[in-house]
Amino acid sequence: MRKVVWLAPTLYILFLMLPIYWLLNMSFKTTNEILGAFTLWPQEFTLDNYVKIFTDPTWYNGYFNSLTYVLINTSISVSVALPAAYAFSRYRFLGDKHLFFWLLTNRMAPPAVFALPFFQLYSAVNLFDTHIAVALAHCLFNIPLAVWILEGFMSGVPKELDETAYVDGYSFWRFFLRIFLPTIAAGVGVAAFFCFMFSWVELLLAKTLTSVAAKPIAATMTRTASTAGYELGLLAAAGSLTIVPGAFVIYFVRNYIAKGFALGRV
Amino acid sequence: MTNKKAYPKAWLFVLPVVALVAFNALIPLMTVVNYSVQETFGNNVFFWEGVKWFEQVLNSERFHASLLRQLTFTGIILSIEVPLGIAIALTMPTRGIWVSVCLVLMALPLLIPWNVVGAMWNIFALPEIGLLGQIINGMGFDYNFTQQPLSAWFTTILMDVWHWTSLVVLLAYAGLQSIPDAYYQAAKIDGASGWAVFRYIQLPKMKRVLTIAILLRFMDSFMIYTEPFVLTGGGPGNTTTFLSIDLVKIALGQFDLGPAAAMSLVYFLIVLLLCWVFYTLMMRTEEQ
Repeated sequence: MRKVVWLAPTLYILFLMLPIYWLLNMSFKTTNEILGAFTLWPQEFTLDNYVKIFTDPTWYNGYFNSLTYVLINTSISVSVALPAAYAFSRYRFLGDKHLFFWLLTNRMAPPAVFALPFFQLYSAVNLFDTHIAVALAHCLFNIPLAVWILEGFMSGVPKELDETAYVDGYSFWRFFLRIFLPTIAAGVGVAAFFCFMFSWVELLLAKTLTSVAAKPIAATMTRTASTAGYELGLLAAAGSLTIVPGAFVIYFVRNYIAKGFALGRV
Repeated sequence: MTNKKAYPKAWLFVLPVVALVAFNALIPLMTVVNYSVQETFGNNVFFWEGVKWFEQVLNSERFHASLLRQLTFTGIILSIEVPLGIAIALTMPTRGIWVSVCLVLMALPLLIPWNVVGAMWNIFALPEIGLLGQIINGMGFDYNFTQQPLSAWFTTILMDVWHWTSLVVLLAYAGLQSIPDAYYQAAKIDGASGWAVFRYIQLPKMKRVLTIAILLRFMDSFMIYTEPFVLTGGGPGNTTTFLSIDLVKIALGQFDLGPAAAMSLVYFLIVLLLCWVFYTLMMRTEEQ
């Protein structure tokens, strides 16, 4: 019985790893081998694809551009979401429930709907093709998500904590920064993780709002796929490298990840 | 949710959020509304058209077809991912080093950029060079997702299951973790069967997180664009052209701003309406 129980997650993880293995496999092959023969592992092992990416500025700049706007977006989203989430979890005020729902509706807005108006809006304010434009545009869905997650974590903290602090003569900001923030540190980490994740994986808006100077790596890849025809090895290498930052941040939040996906509401 | 203090100044706390989101949401939304009631022949000259585009969209067979494809797709992936996710969460190890290993490996697909997911599955499923394509064809099936609608659907659905089932697993797992051991011990003393434990202890405890899972999966699958676009390009023909793909084709491909804007609004309203229903249900379970 024990063995059978273990089988399901193992098979599932195997299923998850297969396409990733295939991508890695392709990234170490030469174009000739990819198109010439079907091989389960690289016969002529090559690092050329990776060398090309690390030496060609149009390639490695893509990674810098993506990481730049993702980090800007994460810091903006989390820092404005913190006070808002606190207000939603602790106070009643005019229109609070409607406001909360309105915020969530923006998480539901299909990016395809906003692609063209965003292009016009950010061109009009002279931010087209800058990192800050993409970072601000991604706030559309990341701020509501951060508020939602943080509100969940904050509601899990008993209100007595706030009240005791005020009785002890703490000012609001001192309480918030010195006591409350450390208490929900896990929640902040999880919210930052989610902002990072959704900003990192989104392409439609990032591609629409950039042309050269802030072009994300994902858009560089699309261009290669369409113009250079079949440079599959290069494409696979670039794809494999996009997995690295994600794997890195997952490792940091691994202990909170399950609770985080439940938006703090377990 | 009940005994919160009334504090009108709390508005100041939410002001930055409201300002940023409003800038990103209201201005573009007004632009869309603006286009949806006008006709343009370029050069920034616009003519009032009233509800003409809305009538056109609501009566167009093309829109009906993509909406139907979208609903079918969302229905299929929800009915696969939710039960599968619960089943895997139930069989996952509960403590020890393997928990972290499982969680990290399972979360990996969620952090891969969406176009890379599409490209990866393209390479993986191509009949000549892909592992999946070779395996299926080797088993004697005639499989080519670039030419056969059925294969294209199968690949798209498999890709989505690969990409997002982990989200359901992680949520369900979080719900299961919150059940105190005492519940299981009590069930053991009562001699409850495995099914009874699942039905009366585990499922009720997972209800809340599962609602979130279904809500998120519904929203995201309804907006899906990048992955199928990279994988199949909406083809063969129009067979995997979902709502977002169709919308981008009309807006940025043909530059038909009026019809595209009207379609955007109808699309957004459908998502909103369905989510509102989910959200109300969720809040109601939370209050209980």
